[in-house]
Amino acid sequence: MADVLNSTAMIAIEDAPAGRKPRRAVSRRNVVVYGLLLLAAFYYILPLYVMIVTSLKGMPEIRLGNIFSPPVEITFEPWVKAWAQACTGLNCDGLSRGFWNSVLITVPSVLVSIVVASVNGYALANWRFKGSDAFFTILIVGAFIPYQVMLYPMVIILRTIGIYGTLTGLIVVHTVFGMPILTLLFRNYFTSLPEELFKAARVDGAGFWGIYFHIMLPMAIPIMVVAMILQVTGIWNDFLFGVVFTKPDYYPMTVQLNNIVNSVQGVKEYNVNMAATILTGAVPLAVYFLSGRYFVRGIAAGAVKG
Amino acid sequence: MNSSVNIKNLSLDFGAVNVLKSLDLDIRDGEFLVLLGSSGCGKSTLLNCIAGLLEPTEGQIFIKGRNVTWEEPKDRGIGMVFQSYALYPQMTVEKNLSFGLRIAKMPQAEIDKRVARAAEILQIQPLLKRKPSELSGGQRQRVAIGRALVRDVDVFLFDEPLSNLDAKLRAELRVELKRLHQSLKNTMIYVTHDQIEALTLADRIAIMKNGLIQQLDNPDTIYNTPKNLFVAGFIGSPSMNFLRGKLVANEGALAVETHGVRFGLGGYRAGREMNPGQEVVLGVRPEHIRVNEDVRAGDEVHEAVVDIEEPMGADNLLWLKHAGHTLSVRVNGARRFKPGTKVKLAFDMGLASLFDAASEERI
Repeated sequence: MADVLNSTAMIAIEDAPAGRKPRRAVSRRNVVVYGLLLLAAFYYILPLYVMIVTSLKGMPEIRLGNIFSPPVEITFEPWVKAWAQACTGLNCDGLSRGFWNSVLITVPSVLVSIVVASVNGYALANWRFKGSDAFFTILIVGAFIPYQVMLYPMVIILRTIGIYGTLTGLIVVHTVFGMPILTLLFRNYFTSLPEELFKAARVDGAGFWGIYFHIMLPMAIPIMVVAMILQVTGIWNDFLFGVVFTKPDYYPMTVQLNNIVNSVQGVKEYNVNMAATILTGAVPLAVYFLSGRYFVRGIAAGAVKG
Repeated sequence: MNSSVNIKNLSLDFGAVNVLKSLDLDIRDGEFLVLLGSSGCGKSTLLNCIAGLLEPTEGQIFIKGRNVTWEEPKDRGIGMVFQSYALYPQMTVEKNLSFGLRIAKMPQAEIDKRVARAAEILQIQPLLKRKPSELSGGQRQRVAIGRALVRDVDVFLFDEPLSNLDAKLRAELRVELKRLHQSLKNTMIYVTHDQIEALTLADRIAIMKNGLIQQLDNPDTIYNTPKNLFVAGFIGSPSMNFLRGKLVANEGALAVETHGVRFGLGGYRAGREMNPGQEVVLGVRPEHIRVNEDVRAGDEVHEAVVDIEEPMGADNLLWLKHAGHTLSVRVNGARRFKPGTKVKLAFDMGLASLFDAASEERI
């Protein structure tokens, strides 16, 4: 009897759970989670699918009305037209002009605003001067004032300086309006670096620019990338400033896209419109895809601390 | 002896808070001075003032007889070692060591010579090509010390340099620091909240509280004759036993009466006048209480009950209940006591401390 008891006890111990707990691949939880994820993904991918499919069809096929069906005859004609031939007003050179305008606007705006904002943020984080807190508060308040409020004053300022309606004017506007959020981004980043690093550099004899270039800048690469992403996507997608502060010759891609899509004369060429829209969105899309990881980090960093 | 760092009437305010209150401090040439205190006492602030990283509101700082109050950190002849090591993460150890020299535009040959010498002293030659992230905590701190070493400074400043290390490494580096000081003979000012570091390293300790220096003396003096109640309670682990009572006349001498028990003050060397009726605090360190067979003939014997026993290897710490007090007593680790047993005890009054209860100053 005792033996029997003992052996069953032994078996019980050996059979008892050990090691990793088994999990079923198909559980109710998994079905719900993955089901919802797939549904959401499908919902978001659908418009893109329709756009791509439509842009590859000819007009007769589009008129049939089956917007979800894949193209019977694939044609790249709409893409060529969107890029090089679509008309806005008197110009019939397509989106290409807008693309190059956008490049000319975005590149200097991004570079200038990041250079200035990183120095701002560094000064605010490490060199507390008299009134630096007040300065910072004003800057932050600036981030929360709606752009529309400042449109008209800005127009007057640019006109007075004599750069209203030029690319330079728009670049200045983008740089100025990007300043609050970028400075905040850099200030928070530099504040999060150990203060002792800064002190050590001072003891070692480095000054304002020495510390900036030798110590801070090499450590700021991640936040530089984040700032770059924020600025490139933000400025490329901008429509309002583009319309307000430039003339048709200098319209950025977004404005030109609107003018192509919303032109009233003639038939609506859906395939061309779709191609034009994808072309315009290609740059931010590429940025997102290439740097999604940093972009998420940027949003987290922007979730204001201190 | 020449003075190396001289601080006169130094005050520093952060807004309405006085962090340092007209502080005077004279640090001798070649001395290892430890600034000891709990957090917020102003010890790091004082160090940062000496380094030139904080501007004092008032007062002057002299280093080697030169008024450096308004000088930049780099011009003061100081090197500083930080708690977080503060190594430049993107630079190799070699570049970290030479950064200050390169900023100062020193010839490359001289830089190489100095880096090699520092690396040899600190035994970090194999690490020169590594990045700080590839080093252990102890190695990082050595590099941080090396950064001060290469600059050939008069005064080393240490801001809690061992606090981020684990206990074993801390003990090792403590010894290395002491050895380094013995061979370099530079003035070193060392901030810590760890009394063991203070007692083991210091030539003199300055104990700080609320922006003021409470006592500045060598470790023995601080330990054995603390100037006031704060210093007495701060130094020593476990803390000194404090018995609050009143001075009474007792058979022609004075005694401290507390909870109806009298402790005769025979053997206590008072530095000030004592009056019967005075409210006092009697302080006795755990190792200055004799238990059972240690009690000597002629001792004033009291009885107590063992409450708790804490064996710590070499020592055995007893917590005794005695007439409303709890006394901690340190005995040899080989001697064991069961909780609840009665023991005889006697105070070594020659090593005790007596404080005025109102002023908290030593009597």
